[in-house]
Amino acid sequence: MRFYQSRYLTQGLAKILIWVASLFSIAVMILILIQILSEGIPVISLNFLLDHPRSMGREGGIFSTIIGTAALTGLAIIFATPLGVGTAIFLREYTRESRVSRIIRFGTDCLAGIPSIIFGLFGFIFFVIYLNLGWSILSGGLTLASMILPTIICTAEEAIKAIPYSYREVSYSLGGTKWQTITRTILPNALPGIFTGVILSVGRSIGETAAVILTAGSSLVMPTSIFSPIRTMAVHFYILAREGVSMEMAYGTGAVLIIMVLLVNTIANLLLNRYIRQRT
Amino acid sequence: MEIKEKVIEKILLIIAFSTILILALIAFFIFEQGSSLIWKVGLKNFILGDRWVPSKGEFGILPMIVGSFWVTFGALILGIPLGLSSAIFLCEWIPPMVAMFLRPAIHLLAAIPSVIYGFWGLITIVPIIRNYLGGPGLSILSGSIILGIMILPTIISISEDSLKALPPSYKAGALALGATHWQTIWRVLIPAARSGILASIILGMGRAIGETMAMIMILGNAVKMPSSFLDSARTLTTNIGIEMGYSTGDHRQALFATGIILFFIIMILNSLAIIISRRRTR
Repeated sequence: MRFYQSRYLTQGLAKILIWVASLFSIAVMILILIQILSEGIPVISLNFLLDHPRSMGREGGIFSTIIGTAALTGLAIIFATPLGVGTAIFLREYTRESRVSRIIRFGTDCLAGIPSIIFGLFGFIFFVIYLNLGWSILSGGLTLASMILPTIICTAEEAIKAIPYSYREVSYSLGGTKWQTITRTILPNALPGIFTGVILSVGRSIGETAAVILTAGSSLVMPTSIFSPIRTMAVHFYILAREGVSMEMAYGTGAVLIIMVLLVNTIANLLLNRYIRQRT
Repeated sequence: MEIKEKVIEKILLIIAFSTILILALIAFFIFEQGSSLIWKVGLKNFILGDRWVPSKGEFGILPMIVGSFWVTFGALILGIPLGLSSAIFLCEWIPPMVAMFLRPAIHLLAAIPSVIYGFWGLITIVPIIRNYLGGPGLSILSGSIILGIMILPTIISISEDSLKALPPSYKAGALALGATHWQTIWRVLIPAARSGILASIILGMGRAIGETMAMIMILGNAVKMPSSFLDSARTLTTNIGIEMGYSTGDHRQALFATGIILFFIIMILNSLAIIISRRRTR
């Protein structure tokens, strides 16, 4: 009888502990966002978004860093998407589970786990020094592209995997070649899934700091070409906060950063949900 | 037509090896830059030396290895129980409707840039520790707390996935035998999902060891052997992040050599996680 009771006691205690721990974790994570947003949102104004930073970011706005972030992210996506989708097509359509596909998957998984500072070191020595691209949008974009490649491969592969086999059979039975089947049947159907991966990668690129600061520099001057050095929003935020340049500006930049990342990821989530609903 | 198809297949094969190529390039360039310094100083002196004075040509990274270890260890002490509890909470104890709302929220939190977490630590955790526990506040403890929070989304979502993937018959069977809900979770569901949970912990650990910018902001970055959780410290990653900007010659090579050690640690963790999750899917 005592045993009978004690196991219910244990269950009660465990339940309480788990409730407390989970609510605590979720509350802390939300608190972080609320705290920075509540201090930062009052700083945001049209001027803040469209004015250039002045006196090292103490005054003015963050316009050049927004342009820098957009340029870097755009370039990274342009480089990584064809490679990522190509890899996914190869893995799904041209090879079965074999040694080749296992090696490629291992490489992708490993690349996904490499810390951004290592990408920064690599980008610095390879793109900035060895290929002599200097601290520039191009070096930063190529480094970021290598970083987001695994995400794009994984999501594109999932999207292609979800397409029913009958689609391919119909295409072949109509006399389509393999390549025609891929470009006219598989890719159009996998597009929403691929797009989700791209948007997730955009979110990651916007927030990246360590790899970007070593490859794209931290110049506040407005970029003129892809060979100009730039400072992204995340790097700007980091420098403002760490060097104590201006807490007000740091809060403002941080809030813009959070809002953009949340927006981008919410769009990705909505797309993904709609896509899953369509498929099932 | 035939030729075109063949050409396309070859092009795709080359593209598919791009991740391998990048991985190889990363390994090659970091080794090429860093290995000569390790030869010069000696691997043993490099890893076990406790003095890092680049201006005098002294390159010992033991304090950073110890720093990385303590910060990661602290993060796991905080992150594993909280993350695992939240995963159980999400898939066992709250209505599916609420979970449907919370799950994307946790995915969103994984996307918050690490500098934001670092900044929050700097303005919130650091003053609390300075005022209540003493010391500079910029400490291993602050770093561990922030990293613990940062790895929560990783641990929660992967553990929850592996709990959800269990066949419903496991739970039904245990309950039918008269076990309480908690006994079912603790003795049946968690052991059955252990490989996924382990993989989530290893991935969280990888993220903790690899984190740079947030740690530069809250660890204080002192180059000395940490003796308590309230000491300031420097990790392998922050060592690279802080000094890379102005280093030259041997000093720069020493930072790449630090990168080699970090690369090794991460590759071992990655391979472990991959092997464990492969076994799960089989």
